[in-house]
Amino acid sequence: MFSDYSMSELGAIFAMQGFAGLILFSVFVLMALGLAIIFGQMGVINMAHGEFMILGAYVTYFTSIFFADYMPALFGTYFFVAMILAFIASGTLGLLVEWSIIRHLYKRPLDTLLATWGLSLILQQLYRTAFGAREVGVTIPSWMMGSMPVTDMIEVPINGIFVMVLAVGISMAVYIMMFRSNWGKQVRAINQNRVMAGAVGINTEWTDRLTFGIGCGVAGVAGSAFTMIGSTGPTAGQLYIVDTFLVVVFGGAGSILGTIASAFSISQAQSIMEFFLSGSMAKVLTLLVVVGILMVRPQGLFSLKLRK
Amino acid sequence: MSDTPKSKDPMAVSRRAMMAGSAAFGAALFAPSTLLAQDYPTAEVNVTGLAVTDTTVTVGILHSVTGTMAISETGSVQAEKLAIAQINEMGGVLGRQIEVIQEDGASDWPTFAEKARKLLVSDKVPAVMGCWTSASRKAVLPVFEQNNGFLYYPTFYEGLEQSPNVIYTGQEATQQIIAGLDWVKETKGANSFYLLGSDYIWPRTSNKIARTHIEQFLGGEVVGEDYYPLGHTQFNSVINKIRLRRPDVIYAIVVGGSNVAFYKQLKAAGINMTEEDPILLTISVTEDEILGIGGENMEGAYACMKYFQSLDNPNNIAFVEAFKEMWGEDIVIGDVTQAAYLGPWLWKAAVEKAGSFDVDKVREAQVGIELDTAPEGYVKVHENHHLWSKTRVGLAKADGQYEVVFETAELVEPNPFPEGYQ
Repeated sequence: MFSDYSMSELGAIFAMQGFAGLILFSVFVLMALGLAIIFGQMGVINMAHGEFMILGAYVTYFTSIFFADYMPALFGTYFFVAMILAFIASGTLGLLVEWSIIRHLYKRPLDTLLATWGLSLILQQLYRTAFGAREVGVTIPSWMMGSMPVTDMIEVPINGIFVMVLAVGISMAVYIMMFRSNWGKQVRAINQNRVMAGAVGINTEWTDRLTFGIGCGVAGVAGSAFTMIGSTGPTAGQLYIVDTFLVVVFGGAGSILGTIASAFSISQAQSIMEFFLSGSMAKVLTLLVVVGILMVRPQGLFSLKLRK
Repeated sequence: MSDTPKSKDPMAVSRRAMMAGSAAFGAALFAPSTLLAQDYPTAEVNVTGLAVTDTTVTVGILHSVTGTMAISETGSVQAEKLAIAQINEMGGVLGRQIEVIQEDGASDWPTFAEKARKLLVSDKVPAVMGCWTSASRKAVLPVFEQNNGFLYYPTFYEGLEQSPNVIYTGQEATQQIIAGLDWVKETKGANSFYLLGSDYIWPRTSNKIARTHIEQFLGGEVVGEDYYPLGHTQFNSVINKIRLRRPDVIYAIVVGGSNVAFYKQLKAAGINMTEEDPILLTISVTEDEILGIGGENMEGAYACMKYFQSLDNPNNIAFVEAFKEMWGEDIVIGDVTQAAYLGPWLWKAAVEKAGSFDVDKVREAQVGIELDTAPEGYVKVHENHHLWSKTRVGLAKADGQYEVVFETAELVEPNPFPEGYQ
């Protein structure tokens, strides 16, 4: 299949394909980080993760409309405001959900699956009622569209770079919060031994609520970023949920590093296979390999040593 | 919500109340030729025990208003309700006002079958306007055939079906594909094609027809064919493949949320459709989908449909105006929405030709029915239960509307079982 192309063309294509893999990696990391915090640190299976993302997307949509109507001069910068608002909106909803539903279910982790699945259906219908069943188009500032020509052949999409920078930034922020802040220490302590953590004076209730809220907030930021590359509609969250769980479970629940490693390997494998095979076939093979590895290593790529 | 037996359209209710007092007067004033119910006694027009009274007839609407398909099906529901309201205003069908029982298929195929059974068996409706995806139609098909119901199905679809109990008001695949490919070959000189689609029956069947036509009739070349799972959101790899193969035309049949991702990423990757390098030709993006994709991401692409909102003819101008009056100024109307609008009108014409609501008689009368009031222009029902209609090519503009750049001179004959293509 390569005989028709010159070496320089092939080199350019492989460079661009590698970059496509990196973009996919960043998308996976953004999708999965919020869930990794919630599922990994709290053991809550949050099926409504996609809906928290879409809330962020809708916030972005309304911010863009607000800027277009009232501050057209600043339209180019609305995206940053939108991401902050998305974090606040999804995070607040997360706090509310933790308080009203999740905290009653900590002793029954499997029931969180049902409860959050129900929540995801409720949220979808709420979005549909409030914002309409049709998808909305989010106008992206023009500086974020288009591509940067690196050489004659190689062009790099600007929104791809943006997603990559964002993924790195949020990963760093989560890392610092988890491993350098007091809150992170408390979260990890609770994860290791909830009763003991409570006994030494950690406010487990409040830490749980905050953890859930932050996880949802990160999902909101991801949703906001995905308005650049995907659709914004009541059920668009469903597009991401399977891949998100795949990445988190494969990486090993509880390990942020595992999530990143898993996102990297899945995205690169999928991206390379998509190039040589049809898209559906690439997906099938990726899933097969993941299932195979999980059979041998049920705890995922990385796992924390816990005292159970 | 779907347990509510009758969800009436509020506008229709008030109109009905208004009509009740002066039915004869109103009918005589506004539409002198309107048929009167007393000339068609219920006992004669309804020998099979359908939901017909001396003053009303009840039909079903069966679409998803919840779940993932609600995005697409909302427009069809709106179009069908508009058509029914307009028919009622003109005096109804055989002098009877149309009432609607709306059921929600909830984007779930077994639910569609169950609700279809309810509409036919307990509500005894003489006709149902409904379904959108082929999967939902396949799910209700046995129900309609067992209970001798009558379904008006609005979506363009892959063909390979012809049921005595269904009228297909959208295009089957060849009607949508062949004229568009001929056009791009003749006017743009396109020779190489990259076929792309979501991975299910409609894109695969359509691309099979497209490939056969390109290779055997146009003497062109297919340089790639790719399918992605429904809901796939990452198209960078295929965009790289397209760059590598350098086709003249990207032939895209991507649907749903994937659509938005595909066009946004295509634009972000620097493939400029307005320069037609390569040309993008699609059969899956109507004005409805552009709302989600964003006109600026779609500008310069070509779509092959039978209807565009921008069609410049008196029928369509009146239709667009009435639609916006009923459902809001910002609304857009896509190909399927228009096809859904035809359903109630085709049914009315067939019932009045047959002088009966009974399904067997309506079916017999339906073939050959002509409609010159259709927004898309003149259409006619073929004996294979599909419509004769024109194929048109539209150029997407930044405001989310299509500019019609080509239409077939003649109506295209529906051919759901194309020989040599399957």
